[in-house]
Amino acid sequence: MTTKEERSSTDAGGGSTFAEVQQSEEFQGLKRTLRRFVFPATVLFLAWYVLYILLSAYARDFMATKLLGNINVAYVLGLSQFVSTFVIAYVYSKYADKHFDPTADRIRHRLEGTTAAPATTTSKRTRS
Amino acid sequence: MSPLAVAAETVDGGQRALTISLFVIFVLATLVITIRASRNNATAADFYSGGRSLTGPQNGVAIGGDYMSAASFLGIAGIIALSGYDGFLYSIGFLVAWLVALLLVAELLRNSGKYTMADVLAFRMKQRPVRVAAGISTIAVSIFYLLAQMVGAGALVTLLLVVTSDTAKNITIVAVGVLMIFYVTVGGMKGTTWVQIIKAVLLMTGTTLVTILVMIKFGGSVSALLGEAADKSGKGDAFLNPGLRYGTDAQGLAGKLDLLSLGIALVLGTAGLPHILTRFYTVPDAKAARKSVLWAIGIIGSFYLMTICLGFGAAALVGPDAIRAQNPAGNTAAPQLAEAIGQDFFGDVGGTVLLAIIAAVAFATILAVVAGLTLASSSSFAHDIYASVIKRGEATEKQEVRVARIAAFAIGGVSIILSIYAQKLNVAFLVALAFAVAASGNLPAILYSLFWKRFNTQGAVAAIYGGLGSALLLVIFSPVVSGKPAGADGKSTSLVTNPDVDFSWFPLENPGLVSIPLGFFCGWLGTVLSKEYNAEKYAEMEVRSLTGAGSEKAVSH
Repeated sequence: MTTKEERSSTDAGGGSTFAEVQQSEEFQGLKRTLRRFVFPATVLFLAWYVLYILLSAYARDFMATKLLGNINVAYVLGLSQFVSTFVIAYVYSKYADKHFDPTADRIRHRLEGTTAAPATTTSKRTRS
Repeated sequence: MSPLAVAAETVDGGQRALTISLFVIFVLATLVITIRASRNNATAADFYSGGRSLTGPQNGVAIGGDYMSAASFLGIAGIIALSGYDGFLYSIGFLVAWLVALLLVAELLRNSGKYTMADVLAFRMKQRPVRVAAGISTIAVSIFYLLAQMVGAGALVTLLLVVTSDTAKNITIVAVGVLMIFYVTVGGMKGTTWVQIIKAVLLMTGTTLVTILVMIKFGGSVSALLGEAADKSGKGDAFLNPGLRYGTDAQGLAGKLDLLSLGIALVLGTAGLPHILTRFYTVPDAKAARKSVLWAIGIIGSFYLMTICLGFGAAALVGPDAIRAQNPAGNTAAPQLAEAIGQDFFGDVGGTVLLAIIAAVAFATILAVVAGLTLASSSSFAHDIYASVIKRGEATEKQEVRVARIAAFAIGGVSIILSIYAQKLNVAFLVALAFAVAASGNLPAILYSLFWKRFNTQGAVAAIYGGLGSALLLVIFSPVVSGKPAGADGKSTSLVTNPDVDFSWFPLENPGLVSIPLGFFCGWLGTVLSKEYNAEKYAEMEVRSLTGAGSEKAVSH
């Protein structure tokens, strides 16, 4: 293989430096798009999970309340952790597909000097 | 006499032969695949990352195979079968953890890294100190996890093949070790991946089959299953409520804090496990990394839902007395359930066949997990410590891969010896310790380096050593190592079995509650105490991690 990890750390390709790209409105928007989703979502699911653990530790009478036959609050909350995990994962993937990927791809292709769709960028590339 | 022991006397030979044959078929199939995979194993990218050419779904299944260990398959089913509801907490922690990986780590790591966790951590830092720290942490976490799995394999052979001699256990450990070394050195990432994919498919098939049979047995009613389990448990409704095992009233405040500590380490540890992180490099781009986590969440979530059914099914259909008679920790609950339910539906032969299948799946599970761990740790040794530190970046790719193979031999060999020695010890805490170290040292360093502009070399080093060191120290001075009260046999259940030796002062068995905040704190403190900051490299890393511009490409053969 002739690819070697050597190139100027300022040159981002496409005639601009990484710092210029980083400062651009487009990139800052991309960063906001990601953080606007992942930070609140992380706070939400961690808080929800810790609440569940705290209830398991300290609110045992409440958790033991039977709801349907032998199924009590603890199971319903436990299963809802599964459901919330699946839902957050699904919503994130839809959000990223729609709002994040198009901008990220656009910046990437401009920097790498390719205009093709992402699927065709998987060939071996030699950097200079 | 336990049902399994009775069965052992009647169909013992048949079942044993069947388990061994099924397992031999698995081993032969994986060996063939590994050898085939080795034909495309020329470059470092091939060896470390399978040429980055896996699809998202393939990698997702492999992640499942890498992650669903025998500890979770046999362990969680056993905890639920004996302690009821509390086993559920493990399942939930192990699953929710994947949101951290999905939202914060997988895609950005794929874009900015190359082969190992240290690639991301060292991206904008001084290479040597950060790589040494990350390499040490990677190898430590992997060895803890490896030991737990390999000692588990030794115990499993006794339980499932009904052989009790120490020689048989040692032979099993050596065989597991030799096979994992073979998968890793010959097959590299590609070979290891296929072992994990096959194992994941077998594990899911086996658990689905048993789950369906259990649900048919109870007319599709979860409530009926829970009711029967509670009746048989001898603990009544308490069996269905939290508090029989973790944070019991008898343990008081420390017990409840321990539960919280364990829960937090499980959720934050996953995204800091090096053998999981390196799997994100096996796909062509960040989008495929995202897709692989989505697949992993689907598979792992379904699996942990089924472990609930396995656990309560075993409590209801096998009963806690029979399970305890076989293994006091409940590790044989799932195989015993397979035998009971098979017998119920298809007679004696059915029971034998189903038991043999589940037993073979359990061995396959161990093999796939240990191979992933050996690969991650030997890759880190070769790429981070040998190439960057010892050779100062002057090693050729060929030398690096050769060192990785030698490291796999060494790490495998050391693990075999340690596991044989550790067999008599109570090493179940090692899995929780691996998660705690990953959450306390690796995760803070990864998150800071991906999201915190100011983060620098001193911060990264402080986070890793601070988290790793505090987690280790707290465990050494916890009841895990010394000071638990003596049991019926006059021995303490701590690692130090002499009840008179007690140097514990930290009351929790799980250090996460203290060591995770401490790891984040050390990372912050180390950073602000150093003026170092590389704006150019940060710009490059940020642009690259978000857009994928300049990220490592897939290798086309």
